[in-house]
Amino acid sequence: MSERKASTPSQTVGPFLAIGMPWEDGPVADRDGVRISGQVFDGAGEPIPDALVETWQPEPAAFARCATDGDGRWHVVVPRTPYVAVHVFARGLLRHLTTRICFEESTVPETVPVDRRDTLLPEETDDGYRFDIRIQAHPPDRETVFFDL
Amino acid sequence: MYTGDPPYDFPEYKSTALRHPKHPLIAVGPERGGPALAHLRPGELSNDLTKDGPVGERITVGGRLLDSGGRPITDSLVEIWQANAAGRYRHKGDNWPAPLDPNFQGGGRTVTDGEGRYSFVTIKPGPYPWGNHPNAWRPAHIHFSVMGRAFDERLVTQMYFPGDPLFRDDPIFNSVRDPKLRELMISRFSMNASQENWALAYEFDIVVDRIPYE
Repeated sequence: MSERKASTPSQTVGPFLAIGMPWEDGPVADRDGVRISGQVFDGAGEPIPDALVETWQPEPAAFARCATDGDGRWHVVVPRTPYVAVHVFARGLLRHLTTRICFEESTVPETVPVDRRDTLLPEETDDGYRFDIRIQAHPPDRETVFFDL
Repeated sequence: MYTGDPPYDFPEYKSTALRHPKHPLIAVGPERGGPALAHLRPGELSNDLTKDGPVGERITVGGRLLDSGGRPITDSLVEIWQANAAGRYRHKGDNWPAPLDPNFQGGGRTVTDGEGRYSFVTIKPGPYPWGNHPNAWRPAHIHFSVMGRAFDERLVTQMYFPGDPLFRDDPIFNSVRDPKLRELMISRFSMNASQENWALAYEFDIVVDRIPYE
């Protein structure tokens, strides 16, 4: 397969992704959908103010994206499906990370160790769900499970 | 994992210290599909970042979005952002005291055509210092974000310019460990595509498969 082209490597989004990536109604993929909000944290337990969260669901097809605010907070409004695929981008991430918000525990992949499964389960709140993303463990908080694509 | 990508933990790039997972990534099956153009809401598209007449060297940047078989990926969103000619981003977090250019916003969006082609008109971004290590300077670069055909093919990268003397000491560029793959992030100058009395041209193809590189 000598003709096969190598893929372009990933590089960090850097601190200024807000110039190029967010768009006005990016967080709202389905106005009548479920609201998921949360924070992105680093390994010191500090919120990450320059991250971007993207979500994808194939059925019904829905894509949402939201930059984090000064407190690392993000939110999306998306259709309720068994799970939501998530990419996280930030300065300091040389490639984005991929995780899942699993509304139904049965959608947690079997490869996930039992003691880490709950990091993929969102918490029910008054206005929807909360899902925090911890890029690196900061005890007692555990690291979110991230997947190898 | 695409083995050509940089590691998450790369001590030379200091910001990775607290921003890399310590657990290994966990295997999972492929995600079904990915956002097509119809699922995106990017607002008004503009591939001309020079409409307001910014200061700097006007250039065109164009190329193709491809899979590893060389097949074009059509109707796909391409987003870019960059510093101005003096190396300053229009962002409240950028405190490098180079001048802001009131006529340069620094972001653009376009869609690939039937042959997977995209093109932008912009100005050549300047290099700029950053706090990673003593006398650290980023080589001039343009950030690129592409959707690919599937969510698994999502790619954000940086496009560099040929022959930059800052490559040697830049930990972000060098986080890609294979020198041959680093070359894939460097645009090619094209005299052929340059336009007389108007703009020099750089070409940059982007390949988005996740097929392991040998």
